Amino acid sequence: MRNTLKSVILLAPGLGWLALFMVIPCALIFTYAFFERGVYGGIDYIFTFENFQRAADPLYLGIFLRSAKIAGLATLFAILLAYPAAYAITRAPQRYQTALLIFVILPFWSNYLIRTYAWIVMLNREGLINQSLIGLGVTSEPLPLLYNNFAVIVGLVYNYTPFVVLAIYSSLNRINRETIEASEDLGAPGFTTFRRVILPQTITGVAAGGVFVFVLSIGNFITPDLLGGGRLQMVGNLIYDQFLSARDWPFGAALSMFLIAVMMALLFTQAVLTNRAAGEGRAS
Amino acid sequence: MTTSDAPRRTFARLTASTACALALLAGAAHADKIVISNWDGYMPPDLLEKFTAETGIEAELSVHATNEEIMGKVVAGGGKGYDVLFVSSPFAEALHNLGLVADIDHAKVPNVANLYPEATELAHDPGNAYSMPYAWGTTGLCYRADRMEEPTSWMDLLAPADDLKGKVTMLSTDRWLMGAAALALGKSLNDTSTGTLTEEEELLIKAKKDLLAYDDSTFYLKLVSGEATMVQAWDGWCNYGIAENAEIKYTIPKEGSDLWVDTIVITKASENKDAAMKFVDYVLGQDTGVWVASNILYKTPNKAAMEALDPALIESFPNMGMKPEELIKYEQLRDLGKGQKEFARTVTQIMAAQ
Repeated sequence: MRNTLKSVILLAPGLGWLALFMVIPCALIFTYAFFERGVYGGIDYIFTFENFQRAADPLYLGIFLRSAKIAGLATLFAILLAYPAAYAITRAPQRYQTALLIFVILPFWSNYLIRTYAWIVMLNREGLINQSLIGLGVTSEPLPLLYNNFAVIVGLVYNYTPFVVLAIYSSLNRINRETIEASEDLGAPGFTTFRRVILPQTITGVAAGGVFVFVLSIGNFITPDLLGGGRLQMVGNLIYDQFLSARDWPFGAALSMFLIAVMMALLFTQAVLTNRAAGEGRAS
Repeated sequence: MTTSDAPRRTFARLTASTACALALLAGAAHADKIVISNWDGYMPPDLLEKFTAETGIEAELSVHATNEEIMGKVVAGGGKGYDVLFVSSPFAEALHNLGLVADIDHAKVPNVANLYPEATELAHDPGNAYSMPYAWGTTGLCYRADRMEEPTSWMDLLAPADDLKGKVTMLSTDRWLMGAAALALGKSLNDTSTGTLTEEEELLIKAKKDLLAYDDSTFYLKLVSGEATMVQAWDGWCNYGIAENAEIKYTIPKEGSDLWVDTIVITKASENKDAAMKFVDYVLGQDTGVWVASNILYKTPNKAAMEALDPALIESFPNMGMKPEELIKYEQLRDLGKGQKEFARTVTQIMAAQ
């Protein structure tokens, strides 16, 4: 009984915060989705399913799938970059590890927008990379590095890779070193040890980091706007435009609900998989 | 009129927050208080301070980055907490139609006499019943005269010559983006009939392939850096480019332009309408107009102010010399009302096109 009380007291502030600033606003948005847009913006409180019917238009599904593709590619590259980095950090002498981890999170000390603008400076036609390449004689014409899908993926990978490094680092750190030594002593080549021993024990970290990048990327609207030059419409931009430019809150709300549902499904799947993996770990 | 305040901020180099804090200090003893929402840097930095000193009315500035942002706040809260708003005319019109802005009593705003006669007969609000124009201008082509001939048609932007492909930008705010196509096709800027929207959509999807980017906040910088050779631009913002490179020029294509008007409105929810009207009157004074024109390089509909401008300014920035009779012949963007849904879907089609 005492324990239950203690849990309730400890949980209350966190749950209260979530309820107040996440559940209630989401519920509000959800209700907006069932009303009509007023002729001059605003909301007419007339019940309708029209917003959901409009959201089912293949036009919006196409935007959603394209966003998922971009977010998926960003996730893949972020993991490929983050895994070796996290591995190197765990292998570094203990006294350097904290410093290396600080380097990983260093970019967060400056603003997201400023970091994104910095990429514009680097990637544009007259920018650092193109001018260096031309100076070195690698190319005579500037390469189109900015205002395309490539630039958007670069921006997303850059911004979200640190999260993946941290997630993978923490799972790598928890591995019992003796399992690796055992594998090596039994004659497994390096790659086999990685594939059969290390990777399975860190897959939850990879999944946690990956889902994080994917969820943040698919809803992102600043990076496509700035680095994509507005030429790539992602679902985040679509929703933003409905709320602000079109002043169609009900339709924006319906589209948001769809996005939130997909994100929840992903997070839920990840949680289930992590639980199952943890359960297996304990059983073996 | 804009969706970003950055250039306004850098250009006017003012410290709105300081002005605001000073105003608060100065007016702390007075009971009257009004809250004004404006773009950052869009009025003289010491305006509120002076206003308080002269009238004894405490004034607080709250800034918005975009029309859309302040619109969202005002619609969601019924306008409570704000007395005076600076918004572009289609938004003023929508706020009026939503019943959120108050009528302006001209007897309490004698400086309305400073306005050009043309500025009192604007299509969205003839007679300035609920809105007062603050700045106005056109949307045209801003280009590097050292790299290309003067463009003459909107089609020069929408179907650029080979050497301009990938070196042109269009405004990303939907109304102006669609406006370029409407003007090129000889349609009204406010026509939301399916036929017109389809034609505009086809034209803009084709044009998208040759664009460097959609941009409505840094386009003039792209001209300065040489990344872009020609951009769709508001005249005032093209002036920021001209200020940095005299080879940058502004022109209105033969098919014409829109007339954009940034306005001042008073919220219906204001509990201090008399003080708010005094403020509007103060802003319509000659000094504010001169400041706007000289610092932000926007034309103002304030005749007294425009006539007091330094002729050297007009020489450096020729579009500052455009006369009200030229401006007034262009069509204003109007709130689209029922046509908005179809319009928004068309814009999404264009934005989503590969």
